[in-house]
Amino acid sequence: MITTDKTVALKTVKLPESFSRISWSLLIIGIILTLLSFAVNPKHASFGLIMTLAFVASVGIGSLFWVGIEYVSSAVWSTALRRPFEFIAGVIPFLIVIAIPLLLKMHTVFEWTRKSLLKTDPALVIKAPYLNEPFFIVRTLVVFGIWWLFYYLIIKNSKLQDTTRDPKLTARNVRLSAAFMPIFGITLTIFSIDWMMSLTPDWFSTVFGVYFFSGAVLAAMAFATLLIVKLNERNLFPVKLTADHYYNLGAFLFAFVNFWAYIGFSQFMLQWYGNLTVETAWYIPRMHGSWAVISIALVLVHFIIPFFALLTKPAKMNPHRLVFMSVWILFAHALDIYWIVMPVYDPGGATFGLSELAFLIASAGIILTVFSYKAKSNNLVPVGDPKLQRGLEFHI
Amino acid sequence: MRVLIQHIILVQNMSEIQRIPPSGRRLYGITAIFDNPDKVLSATKAATQEGYKDFDVYSPYPIHGLDNAMKLKPSRIGVVTLVLAMIGVVSILLFTWWTNSVNYPLIIGGKPYFAWPSYIPITFEMAVLFGAVSTVISLIAIWLGLPRNSHPLHDTEFMKKVSSDRFGVCVEATDPKFDEKQTMDFLQRLGGENVELAYYEVHELSLRKAVLDPKFVGAMVIVAVASSGATYFSLNKMLLMRPWSSLNNQFKVLPESRSTFYADGFAMRPPVEGTVARGHMPYIFSGNMPSAEKYMKNPLLPTPRVMEVGQRDFNTYCSPCHGYFGDGDSRLQGQFPSPPSLHSDTLRHAPDGHFYQVMTDGFQNVMPSYARQIPRDERWAIVWYIRALQRAEHAKGSDVK
Ligand code: HEC
Repeated sequence: MITTDKTVALKTVKLPESFSRISWSLLIIGIILTLLSFAVNPKHASFGLIMTLAFVASVGIGSLFWVGIEYVSSAVWSTALRRPFEFIAGVIPFLIVIAIPLLLKMHTVFEWTRKSLLKTDPALVIKAPYLNEPFFIVRTLVVFGIWWLFYYLIIKNSKLQDTTRDPKLTARNVRLSAAFMPIFGITLTIFSIDWMMSLTPDWFSTVFGVYFFSGAVLAAMAFATLLIVKLNERNLFPVKLTADHYYNLGAFLFAFVNFWAYIGFSQFMLQWYGNLTVETAWYIPRMHGSWAVISIALVLVHFIIPFFALLTKPAKMNPHRLVFMSVWILFAHALDIYWIVMPVYDPGGATFGLSELAFLIASAGIILTVFSYKAKSNNLVPVGDPKLQRGLEFHI
Repeated sequence: MRVLIQHIILVQNMSEIQRIPPSGRRLYGITAIFDNPDKVLSATKAATQEGYKDFDVYSPYPIHGLDNAMKLKPSRIGVVTLVLAMIGVVSILLFTWWTNSVNYPLIIGGKPYFAWPSYIPITFEMAVLFGAVSTVISLIAIWLGLPRNSHPLHDTEFMKKVSSDRFGVCVEATDPKFDEKQTMDFLQRLGGENVELAYYEVHELSLRKAVLDPKFVGAMVIVAVASSGATYFSLNKMLLMRPWSSLNNQFKVLPESRSTFYADGFAMRPPVEGTVARGHMPYIFSGNMPSAEKYMKNPLLPTPRVMEVGQRDFNTYCSPCHGYFGDGDSRLQGQFPSPPSLHSDTLRHAPDGHFYQVMTDGFQNVMPSYARQIPRDERWAIVWYIRALQRAEHAKGSDVK
């Protein structure tokens, strides 16, 4: 409530060596597994790589979204926790690296790239001005470019403030973030349409972008919560966070678990009710065979269980519960992406192989490695931010 | 709820005590004013330390950390919300299931009777409605102590101050540590200003008086009339203004209206040729008794259940004219030509198809058709029952066992 000029008492902490060792080994194992999976079954591996791209992109851009939201809304409670989000958003520049192998061999995964289909499928003819290879590549580059640009500008100001302590930098970031919000909405929609929806090119859904958004923002929050709570519990965070901070993290997890279910169900209910072939084509493989089991599991894992696990106030403040549920939600998000992507590869039934394993390990490896790398060379809290002191005194 | 009941008992007890005290007034507590949130916060901490429990802090806006300072336990109102929300969920699911698949099964949009995905939105809304309304009502009931309609601090100088720019503490007389003199000193020592005694007003002491107070009753009546009037007006008058008419004025033909689309001008179209109504079996022997007798066989077996149905239907539909045993002893007292007995030789030897045909088509313009009243299978069940009646009338020796 009352702004004070007290300087924040900072502990000097270093992330343990084991953290970066584990991250690096996960990354290397992930890369090896991905390469292996390409050698075994290039088509399966390409779908696996799409999942990796979707997961890493959703967590990365979701984190940048939370950073932006903090600036736009002038949120105070999260100032001390902003850095982990910034670090995780550091995966954004690497997205293009994951995408390049896929861009080079688009025919293996994207059905609409086959010219012969244009003759038999009138829907594809209508979509052709959007769904064509050159435009797809341009869009991907532009989307990743825009994300990288905003990431670069916002993080640069935030870092600069550590030394200059200039409050004007906050104002500049507020303006940048305000510009980023609508652009984020549009680019995230384009990304989700291009890389996930277009796998079933006949399919129409006006809410898919929002669906992907809900999962992305939730996963980003879960990843950051996991790291923040874990570090704070092990006394590795430079400032002491309280149960009130935990409560807010838990409340956001809870809110977006519900939001995901709301959007996911909206899409399902309208398409199920409308019963039009252009819409149900996407759901039919997911409602038969072993995919039906995955669909039901998704509802339980991604909604029902986290809903009750995070419902009460004490649960949202309990560090063990938060860590456990963050990992749980990240797994649920991976399952969600699996459920979006893999039925296209094999509509007959769920598969689990090298590519899926590579997806899980590589995704975790990339994000953790980037985090540990950034955490080494940067302050874990934005020491120059004028809101920091108030953020530490935050009470719900 | 427990709090509420305790409260009612308390108020009633007090109305007993009320007759005794000499001053004619009953003490509610001691109030003190503080002029900034920091002061009231430290006063609260001091009061908790001193061991006071029944006291409350008043502030025009929420003060962070006050709950901790007062050592309040976390509110359990969430339990009420959850339980009531779940009751909302279960009851609306039962309701939609019962109405749409049991009581009046109706196929909508080619979906199954229990099309649960389409009930989820209403389920969600009912969860929110039940949860929200019950939370508000229980808050009002527990916290404001319904049906009490006035608080002792209401309409006091103290309340005026703490609801605009001051902060206040009121230590209640029910506190075990309460002592008029000591508590007053204590509050003064903490820096409280205007430390005063607060009393119940007479009408606040008796629950009955409060609820029957003409002013209170009058206000309730006005609220009821005004809200129902507003509802009536908005639903019946304003909605007819049709701010959006797209759903009311659809492009459609009304019954009996003239069509500009079809050349023959009929808006109502006959069904497409060859269409058969759901559950309808075309009857090809209409008006053709010989074929009906020749080609039709009773599809049912004379099971006890079939006999039961046959008896029930015969007694309902046929017995008024044919009598309970088919003797033709009509109960219509000559208002309608009495039919002949069903036990004549011709009818006993007539094939099953004959009876079915009579029921389906009617007979000789005298006996009406029962095809609309009695479903197909039940007509065949009646045939079995008539056979049984005939057998009973002409029993053979071997039937007696
Ligand atoms: C409104 C009074 C009425 C009711 C009700 C009625 N009937 Fe009749 N029924 C008659 C009359 C009258 C005749 C004689 C018609 C004639 O001979 O011209 C008749 C004749 C018959 C005959 C004899 C046909 C023949 O070949 O001689 C049968 C069999 C018969 N009814 C069966 C039934 C059955 C089964 C029902 C119950 C579904 C039924 N009736 C209900 C008035 C009725």
